[in-house]
Amino acid sequence: MITEPNGESTPHRLGMVVSGSLSDGVQVKLDPDASIEQVKVGTFVTLKGKQMRFFGVVTDISLDSSDPMLTTSPPDISNPYITQVLSGTTAFGKITVEPMLTISGDDPELLLDGPQPAKTIPAHFAEAATATEDDIQIVFGAEDERHFWIGSPLDMETKICIDIPELVTRSNGIFGKSGTGKTFLTRLLLAGILQSGAAVNLVFDMQSEYGWKGYSESGSEVKGLKQLFHSQIAVFSLDEESSKRRGLTPDYVVRIGYDEVEPDDIQLLRETLDLSEVAADAAYSLERHFGTSWLREFLSLSGRENIFELAESIGVNGNALSRLNNRLQRLKRYQFMDKSGQGSVEQILRYLDRGMHVVLEFGRYGSNLAAYILVANLLTRRIYQRYMERKELASGDNSQEPRPLVITIEEAHKFLTPGVASQTIFGTIAREMRKYNVTLLIVDQRPSGIDDEVMSQLGTKITCLLDSERDIDAVLTGASGSRKLRSVLSRLESKQQSLVFGHAVPMPIVVKTRDYGSPESYKSLGWKDAAELKAQVERDVTDLFGPTEE
Amino acid sequence: MSQIVDRRIGEVVEASTTMFVVQCHELYNAPDLGSLVRIGDVETVYGIVAEVSTQSLDPGRRAIVMGREEESVEAVYEQNPQLARLLSTEFHAIVVAHRRDDQVNQFIAPVPPRIHDIAYTCDGSELLSVFPSLELLPTLLSSPIGSPDDITAAFLRKLTLEHSNPEKILIEAGRELAYHLSNQFTRLNGILRRISS
Repeated sequence: MITEPNGESTPHRLGMVVSGSLSDGVQVKLDPDASIEQVKVGTFVTLKGKQMRFFGVVTDISLDSSDPMLTTSPPDISNPYITQVLSGTTAFGKITVEPMLTISGDDPELLLDGPQPAKTIPAHFAEAATATEDDIQIVFGAEDERHFWIGSPLDMETKICIDIPELVTRSNGIFGKSGTGKTFLTRLLLAGILQSGAAVNLVFDMQSEYGWKGYSESGSEVKGLKQLFHSQIAVFSLDEESSKRRGLTPDYVVRIGYDEVEPDDIQLLRETLDLSEVAADAAYSLERHFGTSWLREFLSLSGRENIFELAESIGVNGNALSRLNNRLQRLKRYQFMDKSGQGSVEQILRYLDRGMHVVLEFGRYGSNLAAYILVANLLTRRIYQRYMERKELASGDNSQEPRPLVITIEEAHKFLTPGVASQTIFGTIAREMRKYNVTLLIVDQRPSGIDDEVMSQLGTKITCLLDSERDIDAVLTGASGSRKLRSVLSRLESKQQSLVFGHAVPMPIVVKTRDYGSPESYKSLGWKDAAELKAQVERDVTDLFGPTEE
Repeated sequence: MSQIVDRRIGEVVEASTTMFVVQCHELYNAPDLGSLVRIGDVETVYGIVAEVSTQSLDPGRRAIVMGREEESVEAVYEQNPQLARLLSTEFHAIVVAHRRDDQVNQFIAPVPPRIHDIAYTCDGSELLSVFPSLELLPTLLSSPIGSPDDITAAFLRKLTLEHSNPEKILIEAGRELAYHLSNQFTRLNGILRRISS
C-alpha cells in the first residue's frame, strides 16, 4: 500500500478497469507510473464508477504485454529509455480487484445503511486508486462507542474497527493454532465488549490468563482484565489458593454441589473419562432411582457387591455401573465439589445483572479437562436456564430483559464435537443465536473438531494462522468467496495477524492485531497509572467538596 | 518579411490532399528528413519531410560521371556550373496538419496546396505551436513514402530538441508510440532505438 510517511494516505491513482466480472473480480491495467511492486495482495482499492464508488481488495497481481513477441524476444534493457517507455505500455502490470462494497453513490440504501455489498462492477475505464484512511473509515467505521479498534490493515496505520453491538448478537469464534495470538485477541475483544457496554461477559478462564494477569509468548507478564478495568470485573475462582498465589483475592470462590450435577453433564464427560455409552447412560437410571442426589448417593457406595446389587435393582449392566462409579470417584478429588454448593450460579447472575463481567479462573483445575468441561457446562446450563425464564417473563418488555451475555469458552471442540454438540448447552446456545440474550465466544485451536452446524451458525469468525487443511475447511465453511479466503488464510503470519470475516465486519479483512501488553496499549484501553488515578481522585474531591483552603 | 523570405525553400510542383512535392530553389537545399514545412501564408498546409531526392531535371537525361579528373566533388561543380541548372533537389512531404481561421488542425486539409505555392521551413516555436500533442504519429507511422519508422524517429528527435523539458517529452512520445504500436513490439523497439541513439 502506498502510504505517506506520516501514515495519512492520499488516494494514489493505480490505473483503470479494462475487463472483469463480478465473480472473478475486475482487471485493472496499471498506469505506467504506478509501481507494481508497491501494490500488494490484500491492498484496499477504490474504483470510481460513473454512478457509484466501489471498495475492493486486490486479489491477484500479474504481468502482461500487448505483444506476445515481447516474452520471446525481450528488449535491450541496457537502454534505460527503452525500458522506461516499454514498462507500463507494451509491458504492463495488471491487478485483479474484487469489488466488495459500494461506498458512495446514488443508491438511497447507501445513505441510510452505509456501505452495501457490491452487486455489480464498475464500467470500463473506471479509475482505480488506493483507498484512503477516510475510505476505510467509511467501511469499517471510526473508533467510537459502537466500533472497537481491533487492529490495522497490513502496511497501513489506519484503525480497523469491529461493530461490537453487531458482534454480540451472534455467537462468534476465534481460531488459530497455538501460539498465534488467540488469547491476546480474545482479551482485546472482551475489553471491546466491556467498553461498549453491549453485553456482559462470562469467561471460563481455563488457564487463568484473562482475570488478573497472563503471559506473552516471550514470557513477559501482561495485565488481565481486572487490572485494566478494576471495578467492572469480578474474578471468581475454583481454586482460591492458586488465585492468591498469583496476588489476587478472588471476589467469590465457586463451589459446585454434588446435587447440581446432572446425567447430561456425564454425557459430555464420556470421552474425557473414557466411559462407554452404556456406562454414561447408566447415570440417567441412577437419577431416576435416587433423584437429584443421585451422584452423592452413588459415590458414597462402596464395594463391588453393593454396586452390582444396585445395578440389578435399577436394571443396568453391573460392570458398566462399576466402571462409572470408578471414574466418577475422581470428582471427589475436586476440592470445589461439596455437599451444598448452592449459590454459585446465583452469585454469578447477581454480578452479571449489575453489569459486571465475570471471569471464572480454574487455577490448578485448568489442566484438568474433566473439571473444566463439568464446571463450564454445569454453570452455563443453569445460567442459560435462568436467562430463558427471565426472557420469557419479560415477554417483550425490553426493560425487564436480562442483559445480553457473552460466554467465552476455550477448547470449545471438547463441548461441540459432532457427537455431543446436539446434547450440550453450548450447542443449543450456538444454534439458537441470541433468542435468549446469550451468545458464545468460542476460542479453539482445532475448529475441525467442532460440529459443522455450530460452525455455520457463528456470526463472526476471527482466525489466526491455521496449518491443517481440515481446520481451514472447517473455519471457511459457509463463507462466501472461501477459495480466495483460503489463500489469504494460509499466508497469514504466525503472529499478530488474523483474518476477520462475518457478521460484524462489512467485508473479510486481514488485520495486524492491535498491540496489547505495552503501557501505551493499556492506556489506549482506558487504563490509568497510579499518578493519573491520584490526580483523578484529587479532581473528584475538588468537584465534590470545593477547593481545599490553604 | 525578410525572415519569411529567408525561410523560403521552394515551390510545390506536385500536390494531393495527403502529400506534396516541393522542388527546392537551390540544389541540395532541402530540409532534413522529419522536418516540418509549411505551404502558404494564411491558409496553410503543414507537411513532414518524408523523402528527399536530387535528380536530373529532364527525366530522359540521367546524370553521368564527371569527376574522374577532379580532386573533389566541389571541384566537379566548380568546373561544371551548368549542373546547378540541370539538376534539381525535391522533397516529398506528408500532410499532417493545416491551419484555417487561425486554428491548427492535426489532420489533412480539405484541399491540397496549389502548384507553385511557396514552401517555408518552420522554426522551433512554430513546430511546438502546431504539435502541442502527437496526433500525427499514426499518419507518420503509415506513411506510404520513404521509411515511416525513420521519418517518425527523425521527427520526434527534432520535436524533443525544441522542448523545454526534452526528457519528459521523449518519454511521453515513446509511450504514445507504444500505444500505437502495441502489437508490433519489434518495430516499436526499432524506432525507440533510433530516437534514443
